Amino acid sequence: MSGGVEERVEALWAAATAGDERAATRVATDALDAGLPMETLLLDVVAAVQSRVGHEWAANRLSVAQEHTATAVNERVLAALAHHPTRQNDPAPGMGRIVVACIDGEWHAFPARLLAEVLRARGWHVDYLGAQVPTPHLVAHLHLTNPDAVALSSSLAIRLPAAHTAISACQAAGTPVVAGGAAFGPDGRYARLLGADAWAPDARTAADLLAAGPLPRQATSGEEPRQLADREYTDLTRSAGSLVGAVMDDLTRRVPAMAGYTEQQLERTAEDVAYLVDFLRAALYVHDPELFSAFVGWMTSVLTARGVPESAVLAALDALAGRLTGFPRALGTLARARTTLG
Amino acid sequence: MRGFPPVPTRWLAPQEAPGWVGPEEGAGSVAVIALPGHGLPAGALVLVRRSGERFTADERVFVRLFALWAGSAIAVARLYVEQAAITETLMAELLPPATPALDGVELAARYRPAGPGERVGGDFYDVYPVAGSGRESLVVLGDVAGKGLEAAVLTGRIRNTLRALLPLADDHQRMLELLNGVLLNDGDPTRYVTLVLASFQRRGPRVALRLTSAGHPAPLIMRNDGRVETVPAVGTLIGVLEDITSVTDAVLLEPGETCLLYSDGITEARGGPLGRELFGDERLCEQLRQCAGMPPEALAERVQMLASEWAGEGEHDDMAVVTISAPRAPGEEPPPAPGEEPPRAGGEEAP
Repeated sequence: MSGGVEERVEALWAAATAGDERAATRVATDALDAGLPMETLLLDVVAAVQSRVGHEWAANRLSVAQEHTATAVNERVLAALAHHPTRQNDPAPGMGRIVVACIDGEWHAFPARLLAEVLRARGWHVDYLGAQVPTPHLVAHLHLTNPDAVALSSSLAIRLPAAHTAISACQAAGTPVVAGGAAFGPDGRYARLLGADAWAPDARTAADLLAAGPLPRQATSGEEPRQLADREYTDLTRSAGSLVGAVMDDLTRRVPAMAGYTEQQLERTAEDVAYLVDFLRAALYVHDPELFSAFVGWMTSVLTARGVPESAVLAALDALAGRLTGFPRALGTLARARTTLG
Repeated sequence: MRGFPPVPTRWLAPQEAPGWVGPEEGAGSVAVIALPGHGLPAGALVLVRRSGERFTADERVFVRLFALWAGSAIAVARLYVEQAAITETLMAELLPPATPALDGVELAARYRPAGPGERVGGDFYDVYPVAGSGRESLVVLGDVAGKGLEAAVLTGRIRNTLRALLPLADDHQRMLELLNGVLLNDGDPTRYVTLVLASFQRRGPRVALRLTSAGHPAPLIMRNDGRVETVPAVGTLIGVLEDITSVTDAVLLEPGETCLLYSDGITEARGGPLGRELFGDERLCEQLRQCAGMPPEALAERVQMLASEWAGEGEHDDMAVVTISAPRAPGEEPPPAPGEEPPRAGGEEAP
C-alpha cells in the first residue's frame, strides 16, 4: 500500500497544477478505495503536493496564478474526501472538541484545513473556522462551544503580533492553545514566547499531542505578562506607509536600473519593500533579528529566481537603514541581515 | 430555595444535605447561600465546613460579596448564551448562501463584511438555480447604502423582495422597476441599493449570460487569452429616482472563461505598500489578466485576497465576489499563462 504513495503524489501534482479538480479528486478517492489510510493520504500525499507547490512557486517554476490554482484544487480534494464513504463523519464517542482556526489576517488556510481533517479522521469533533478569523469571532465561538483546545495556525511571521492577541484572548476564555505553522519559527520559539500552551511542527504531531491528554496550561503561571511592543515597534507600525514611500524615493536615486522600470515593476518593488518593513516589525516584536535575516534570505532567493540581483535587496536594506536613525534595534536587525547576504 | 430577592445564608445539619453535596466525613455544618441573579436566582453556593461553627463577621461579608459577584457573573453568562442563540437564529437569514452545484456552470463566491467583529454587512449575493420562465438561473450581487447590522437588515428585505420577483427574471428591467417601487414606498432616501443581475444558462459547453447593472461596478469577463473585458450594462441605482433605466448585455463564455461580479469594496480598498492608495479598477484588471483559466474557487479567493491584503490592517468596506464560469472540459489543459509577470517576491510563503 505505502509503495503507492510516491506515484499518487506525482498523479495529484499533475492534476493540481493542471487545475483539474476532477482528476485530482479521483487520485485521492482511488487511494482510499485501494486501502490507503486517510491520515497517510492527507499528510503524505496531499500535504506533500501542497508543500511542493510552495517550493516551485518560490523557484519561479509556477506562476502566482498556477500556485493559487493548485492550492484551490488541493482544497477541493480535502472537501471531497470529507464525503468519502470510508470516512467516519460522526465524532467518536468519548472524544472531545477542537477548534481549528487561522490567525486574523492569515490567508494560508491549507495547513489548518489539513489539521482539521486529520483530527476528524482521528474521531475528534472539529470546528474548522477557516482563514483569517477575527479574534472576537474566535472568542465568541469558544464561549459558545467550550472546546478542549483551540489550534491556531499562521504561516507568515508578520502575523505574530495578531497571533499574540489571539493566543491570550483564547486563554483568557479558559481554552488552552496549540500553535502551529511556519510563522512560529522552525523550533516553535515564537509560540513559546507568545505564551501558547503547546506548539506542533506539523499536523501529525499536533494530533498526537492532543491525543496525549489535556494540554498543560502555560497561562496559569501567574507571571507578569511581557511587554513585546516597544516604542520602535509602535513607531514603525504607525509610519510603515510613509517609510515605504521614502525608501522607494531613495531607491530610485540609488539604483539606476529602476529608471527603466514599468509602473507595475515599481509597484512590485514597493510591495517588496513593504514586506521588508512588515518582517522588520515582526522581528522587533519578538525581539529576534534572526526572523528578519531568514526572511531576507528567502526573499533574495525568490527574487534572484526571477532575475532580480541580490544587490537590489542590499540597496533596499541600506535605504531602510538610512531612514531609521533613532531606531537602534531596527538598525541592528538590518545590519545582521546584511551580513547574511553575500 | 428561592434566590431572589437575596435571602440570608441557610445552615443545614450535615445529615440534612443531599448526597451530591459530597460525603464529607466529619462535616460539621453545611451552608447554602443563594446566588442572586438578574431578577431570577442564578444558582446556589454550597459551603461545607469541618467544624460546626457558623461564619464570623468577616466571613459573612466575604461570602456575601462572593455570592453577589458569582451570581452576577453567572447571570450575565446565561444572558450572553441566550442572546447569542437569538443572534444566531436571526443571523442565519442574513448570512451569505452557499453556492449550489449546477450542471454545466461553475459558481464560486466570497464575502467579507467590513467590521472585524461582524458577520454580515451591506453587500449581499444570492444564487437562484431556477428563475424566470425556468430556462435560466440567476445570480444577484448588490450593495446597499451603509454598513453593519442596519445595512444587513436592508439587504434581507431586498433579497426577500427579489426572491418574490423571481418569476419575472426574464425581464431584468421589470424586476428592477418593481424593486425600485418597493424601496421608494419606504420613503427613506437613504435606503438605496446598487446591484447586478446575471441570468445565465448552459449552451452546450458554453454559458450564455444576460447582465444588467443598476448603478453597480460593471461585471468583468475573463477571456481564455488573458483579455479582461468590461461589460457596460449601465443602469440607474435603485431606490432613489421614480424612473429607472437599464441596459441588459448578452455575453457568451467559452469553456474556461469567467464572469466576475464584485462590489466596490474590492476596488475601493485603500492601502497598498504606501498605505493610502486606492486598489482601483485598473489594478484589479491587471491582476485578473494573470489569472486566465483559474478555477472559479481559486479566482474568487484570489480577488478577495488581493483587495484584503491591499487594505492590510486598515479599514475596508464590505467585500463581495461571485464568479460564474463555463467549466473547462475534463482533461483539457489550462491556457499558458499570458506573459511573464514582473519580478516580485514575498507574501506567498514564509521561510
